[in-house]
Amino acid sequence: MSAISSKNLHKTFSQGGHIIKGLDDVSIDIEEGEFVCLSGPSGSGKTTLLNALGGLDRPDSGEILVGGKRVDQLGKAELADMRLHHIGFVFQAYNLIPVLTAQENIEFVMQIQGVPAAARAEKSRAILKEVGLEDHENRRPSQLSGGQQQRVAVARAIVSNPTLVLADEPTANLDSLTATQLMDLFVKLNRERNITFVIATHDTRVMQYCRRLVRMEDGKIIFDESQPGIG
Amino acid sequence: MRTNKSLSPSILATLAWRNLWRNYRRTLIMLMAIVLGVWAMILFSSMMRGMLDEMVREGLRVLPGEVQIHHPEYRDDPSVANLIGEPDAQLLSVLNTAPIEAWTARIKVPGMISSERDTRGVLLLGIEPDGEIALGFKLADVIEGRFLESAADKGIVIGRKLADRLDTELGKRVVIMTQDPDNEVADRGMRIVGIYRARLEATEQLNAYVGRETLQKMLGVGNSVSEIAITANNYQTVKNWWQTVADAAGDEQDTQPWMVLDGYLGTMASVQGTINLIIMVVIFIALSFGLVNTLVMAVFERVREIGLMMALGMRPQWIMLQVLLESLMLLGLGLILGNVLAVFTILPLQSGIGISVVGEGLEMYGMGTTLYPKLALQDMLLSTAVVLLLGLAASLIPAWRASRYNPIEALAKT
Repeated sequence: MSAISSKNLHKTFSQGGHIIKGLDDVSIDIEEGEFVCLSGPSGSGKTTLLNALGGLDRPDSGEILVGGKRVDQLGKAELADMRLHHIGFVFQAYNLIPVLTAQENIEFVMQIQGVPAAARAEKSRAILKEVGLEDHENRRPSQLSGGQQQRVAVARAIVSNPTLVLADEPTANLDSLTATQLMDLFVKLNRERNITFVIATHDTRVMQYCRRLVRMEDGKIIFDESQPGIG
Repeated sequence: MRTNKSLSPSILATLAWRNLWRNYRRTLIMLMAIVLGVWAMILFSSMMRGMLDEMVREGLRVLPGEVQIHHPEYRDDPSVANLIGEPDAQLLSVLNTAPIEAWTARIKVPGMISSERDTRGVLLLGIEPDGEIALGFKLADVIEGRFLESAADKGIVIGRKLADRLDTELGKRVVIMTQDPDNEVADRGMRIVGIYRARLEATEQLNAYVGRETLQKMLGVGNSVSEIAITANNYQTVKNWWQTVADAAGDEQDTQPWMVLDGYLGTMASVQGTINLIIMVVIFIALSFGLVNTLVMAVFERVREIGLMMALGMRPQWIMLQVLLESLMLLGLGLILGNVLAVFTILPLQSGIGISVVGEGLEMYGMGTTLYPKLALQDMLLSTAVVLLLGLAASLIPAWRASRYNPIEALAKT
């Protein structure tokens, strides 16, 4: 069953009086448990596609289905609910809320969901241990390294068992060792929890981890293949 | 699609409180402004209330009483022609029942008083001394000689200023002169047995106290009086009981509360709440610019964070609620501190602030040279309501702006 799929997505932007095609008839099916990389140069449309799939942006036309239900026609509040319950996000930077501790950042999503305090605390502590930050629960983002912050963001993204995790250039601000550790964590979570990952990146190190590589240019998918020997 | 309507309110409170102290200097400055604003609102209201209270009390001492009964024509023509009889049994039973604490019957006629050197116009007050004292006349105000001893006392008590004007003194004889009901001159000589001091010079010059029976005899009016003055020693509760007195007095007599008898005082009392409210709103409008600026800056500084929260599934209305909560916390803190500051600074002032510098100017408004601020719970509640309501209204703009961000654009802000 598809975790998420899109059909004939179109999205244009106006820039300096010119119309730019962000998405040009993009259709993609992503199955549960897949580990997908969206690659391509800057402006190729990978982040636009990621945003559309995650309900952060609306396509001009086309369909998006999450768990078999159309989400491209939802209102703002319904889209917020869809993101809250079905999608985990890991962004390139500024991933955490600065005034909350690592544990509170992880619990944030569960608090919005209305999960009781005891259950929140139990889950957040378990997930912090899973991402190797069990001793950092009371630290604020400013007291964590870039890699640790990304790990907290990953923990927050998966804590409520989303349908899929969308990551936009998650390693862009990390050194190679930290980036490798983060990708190892993604792979581990993908394997052990069967969480679907879709990662937008132009980092070749990241692409080496992906079992399916989708390449985009000028808003179109020009390459979509499984990578043999990975996984 | 699952929907979530059971957001844990603690997360909004946590975020609001911590965000408030991210830029603690700015928050402290704004907090100080709110505290001073609230303090100023309550202080001003207390002074206004104290001023009005003084004016009314002073006015009632002159009237005197919170309710008076007259002949129906008396208020248009306060002459000896418009007198009433002594209270009948029905009226007496009401006058001797709580909440009424004291009453007295007086005869009050305009007249002339002459010493060997000068003549002045006065208001001759024929009184029964015990009743007058019960209604507020203070024996301590008699600074020379004595007060009248009975309604049949043959002496006269005049004000210090009048004695000065007449160039006379205690123990000297004066002649009082007025008209009787037949428009004939009625006069008699009297000895000055006492000189009193009033808070207002105008009172000292105008009121001359004589025995009621003495004046009734001089005028030949039997037991008739000009007015029956009644007090419950609380001018604010008069609305609760004056109608009972009016009903007992009957339609043949004109019974009115002090707000009607002294229209100026009545108007001042009725508009006081409105004036306080206007001043509070004006003070708050000045404050609100700072408040809105603080919140706009606070929101502007965390655009990406707001974008992140929205991306994670926070609904726009929750973002709005969070900013409003932040404002509410700031306002609430300012209100608590402002009210505490007001209590601790105004309570010691309630014993009086000397305003003799402007005392003469204030005397025309019926005030003395000391202002007694009066801290009232209702002023504190009113300022709280004004600050909360207008504060939240002003905060709606930055809160609404925060909730309208597009998550992608907000996250892309640098």
